[in-house]
Order: sequence, then C-alpha cells, then structure tokens
Amino acid sequence: MKITVSGTEKEVPDGLPLKDLIVQEKVESPEYVTVTINENFIAKSDEAATVLAPGDVVEFLYFMGGGR
Amino acid sequence: MKVVISKADFDRIVAHARSCLPEEACGLVAGSEAEGVRRIEKVYLLENADHSNEHFSLPPQAQFAAIKDQRANGLRSLGNWHSHPETPSRPSEEDIRLAHDPRASYLILSLADAGNPVLKAFSIVGGVAREDELLVK
Repeated sequence: MKITVSGTEKEVPDGLPLKDLIVQEKVESPEYVTVTINENFIAKSDEAATVLAPGDVVEFLYFMGGGR
Repeated sequence: MKVVISKADFDRIVAHARSCLPEEACGLVAGSEAEGVRRIEKVYLLENADHSNEHFSLPPQAQFAAIKDQRANGLRSLGNWHSHPETPSRPSEEDIRLAHDPRASYLILSLADAGNPVLKAFSIVGGVAREDELLVK
C-alpha cells in the first residue's frame, strides 16, 4: 500500500503497524516524537495499537525545546 | 554545513525575541538545502509554550501547522531557533540534551548585549554540538 511519510510517498506492507514504521524510518528518540496521521495527533498510549491504512499521511514531530 | 539567512529574516527574529523579553522566544526555520548549504526562506515565529526566561518548548500543534505550510509551499524543514535573553549564543547543556533531531539546524540568538544581537547556527548530533557557518545577507 502507499502512504505518505514526512511529505514523501512510500510503498509499505499492507497493515503496517505504526511502531514498525517508526523503526523503518529510523526515527531518533521516538519517545520524544509526536506522530500525526491524517492531521490527527496520536496519543503515546495509542501508538502501539495503531495500524496504518492505504493513503495515510504520517508526520513525525520532534519535541523541540531547551534552556539557557 | 553552511546556513544562509536573509537580513530581513534575521531582523524579524531579533524583533520578535525582543518583544518576548524577558521570556525566551522560539520558532522554526524552513527553506532549501543543496550542496551543503541550507538557505532559510521562511522563519516561523512561534509561542514559547514554557513562557519562561530559562526554557522554551514549541507547541506540537504549532509545529504541525508550520509543517503543513512548508509542504504547501515546497519548503523543507531546516530546524528551529530560540533566544537566550541573558546568555551567549551557544547551546546550553539542556539545549544539547533536548536536541533530538540530528538533521536539524539549531539557531540561537543571544540578546545578552542588547545593542548587538548575535545569531549562530549549530548542528547537534549524539550529544555533541558543532557550530556551523552562518551567513546573514
């Protein structure tokens, strides 16, 4: 199936779990990354059970912060 | 890595950071990259969710809105910027610890010398910060 990840269309296996996509995309420090699918924010508690569907649009948002 | 920002965008960052004092200000930068040169073509002035003079964080909703805008305008996400109201333009220990995106450019604006704002760009990979050449023109 085709999905769009960070603006790029990709072919991935049908029924790919989100957690596998995170590994496949080599997302650094995934515990600090917020995922959106089709503009919906995925709660951390829901990531493990989330399965991707054809046409999904996925974005990875890195936590950005710091201090003096 | 070389980072290029226009004088107009530099001035926008400085003006916004000054308007946020005494709090730290922050935002995102987007543009293009080719042959080791990152050209900042758009600066996003975002809310510091921490509203602090010692810390900053970008609200995920604002990040997402910026990414949508970047996609719509053919821009690439290049990194973020934040201000240090009272300290030099260099990544703090907290900046380094919280730099989770190794592909990002981290721009830091120091307002420690009120009349001479200093903007520098850094790459932070694996807990190591390296200053990149920054051209304002």
